Amino acid sequence: MSAVLDLDTTTNAPPPASRARRVMPGFGLTLGYSVAWLSLIVLIPLAGVFIKTSELGFDGLLRVWTDARVLAALQLSFGTAFVAGAFNALAGTLVAWVLVRYEFPGRRMIDGLIDLPFALPTAVAGIALTALYAGNGWVGQWLTPLGIKVAYAPLGIIVALVFVGLPFVVRTLQPVLAEARVELEEAAATLGATRLQTLRKVLLPTLYPAMLTGFALAFARGVGEYGSVIFIAGNLPRVTEIAPLLIVIKLEEFDYAGATAVAAAMLLLSFVLLFAINLLQAFAARRAGRVR
Amino acid sequence: MQIRIQHLEKHYGRYAALRGVDLDIRSGELIALLGPSGSGKTTLLRAIAGLETVDGGRIRFGDRDATTLSVQERRVGFVFQHYALFRHMRVLDNVAFGLDCRPRRDRPARAEIERRALDLLTRVQLADLRDRLPDQLSGGQRQRVALARAMAIDPTVLLLDEPFGALDAKVRVELRRWLREIHDATGYTTVFVTHDQDEALELADRVVVMNAGRIEQIGTPDEIYTQPATPFVFDFVGRSNRLRGRIDQGRFRPDGQTRSWALPEPLADGPAQLFVRPHDLRLDARDDGLDAVVHQVRRRADRHVLSVQVAGQDTPFDLDLPVHADAEVPAPGARLQVGATRYRVFATA
Repeated sequence: MSAVLDLDTTTNAPPPASRARRVMPGFGLTLGYSVAWLSLIVLIPLAGVFIKTSELGFDGLLRVWTDARVLAALQLSFGTAFVAGAFNALAGTLVAWVLVRYEFPGRRMIDGLIDLPFALPTAVAGIALTALYAGNGWVGQWLTPLGIKVAYAPLGIIVALVFVGLPFVVRTLQPVLAEARVELEEAAATLGATRLQTLRKVLLPTLYPAMLTGFALAFARGVGEYGSVIFIAGNLPRVTEIAPLLIVIKLEEFDYAGATAVAAAMLLLSFVLLFAINLLQAFAARRAGRVR
Repeated sequence: MQIRIQHLEKHYGRYAALRGVDLDIRSGELIALLGPSGSGKTTLLRAIAGLETVDGGRIRFGDRDATTLSVQERRVGFVFQHYALFRHMRVLDNVAFGLDCRPRRDRPARAEIERRALDLLTRVQLADLRDRLPDQLSGGQRQRVALARAMAIDPTVLLLDEPFGALDAKVRVELRRWLREIHDATGYTTVFVTHDQDEALELADRVVVMNAGRIEQIGTPDEIYTQPATPFVFDFVGRSNRLRGRIDQGRFRPDGQTRSWALPEPLADGPAQLFVRPHDLRLDARDDGLDAVVHQVRRRADRHVLSVQVAGQDTPFDLDLPVHADAEVPAPGARLQVGATRYRVFATA
């Protein structure tokens, strides 16, 4: 065995960060600009929610938060958003896979269609889906005999949220899949891995971080979604009434503090969940071999 | 394992990547597939691995017909130019991957798998880095991990696709020698693809020169360099000069010259080209020297290279002059007589 080989292990050491001269200066300016805008657009309005909520006092807040109707609405919103996000994470990955890996007539067309849920007014989507999935609709008439009720049921909410959330997963996965090298799958095959083993041991671990990101985006969108859901949900209090609708109802009753209290609950829950997903995502990324 | 390739054909649409390739690889041999981009060398390697299907011909591993076997069934050790390591697995798990993927009944126990993987890592001198992720290694280290991973399945043949192509020059030369040592120690039949002739000539037992989907010549490095079988091989391997001319009454006369040179081997009269290496040219020509003018003089570490314009030829010649302290180097514009000690003549098709 040759002794000339160096066993240099100091590769990829990060350069000293402090005094490094950058080609693009302006850290102070860009940060200041970002913070100013973030404050005006995001932070101050969000703070407003909590300030308005504080008018209720602690007891009032607790009363709103423990109200059965509010609890049911929150549970429904987060539950359906979670299921829809999870479904999208799988189905969207499949769509992205097909679009990235295969050449077929109409591929560009389908690729363009993916963004449509972004552009379409959500009310239009809601009305279209309701027409399709109602008991006498094109799809609904086949499901009703099977005892499956979609429109005016929680399942309908999930369908609507899947529709609006799909682009998030597809668009997050596409660049990652495009970057995933076919060589890795070939290497696995030459080493004797079956297709299933290649998928499970080689391909999926590289996709998990992106799938989680896509899930988080679709989930967050689903929690806040209003337009498409109210048409298909039926909006029965404590059954198919989502939290954003409850806020609107409270606003129409001039119960501003009550509305912001529900909003505050949604904000806090969303923040905690998204933060947890972020942690999970960082963990998955580390597992995927991206060394920071 | 002996590998026999017969009349292999591969087309991509209307483009023919392999046009009837025949090649016998002896057991334990180290073979280089050498050729320019698009010559079909990588396609041939991938066809042996089963990563490409072929349109015609047969591939035999020993006495077994492997043509229709799947990639997994062929059990080849394949090393990719860009390593293709699994980024989310530790170095040790990368090497153990092939054993981990075996069906349960012939999979060794976990401890045994790890022991074997560690043995291989020791062989490639990376045992200390077994818990690292691939991204934490240098290019040369990654390629050594890739080789260990390929050897872990006890392959029928090792196939390396431009294994040193992504490495810098110094590491490339080190790894080249080291691969030879690994090969000699393990005895695996090994085929590697390269477009670097130094690599092919230094490393391989036999070199297969490919061009446009065909094999131009198969031979030892010496044969390839000193007895190129075709104008392509002469031109592609090593430095060479070409003279256009005609064969007339058994002698080669360059265009625009009155003198002619004897043919190394008999050829029919007609248009022809003569190939000669820069170090086989002499200035101390007797009466058969060609008229030439020095165009440029370039200094190298160990020699001078004269660029001379031979009268009647369209491209200048390179001519090596060994460096002697007292030797006089001709200046640009000087008129010379150029002779040759060794050359080959090919009839122009």
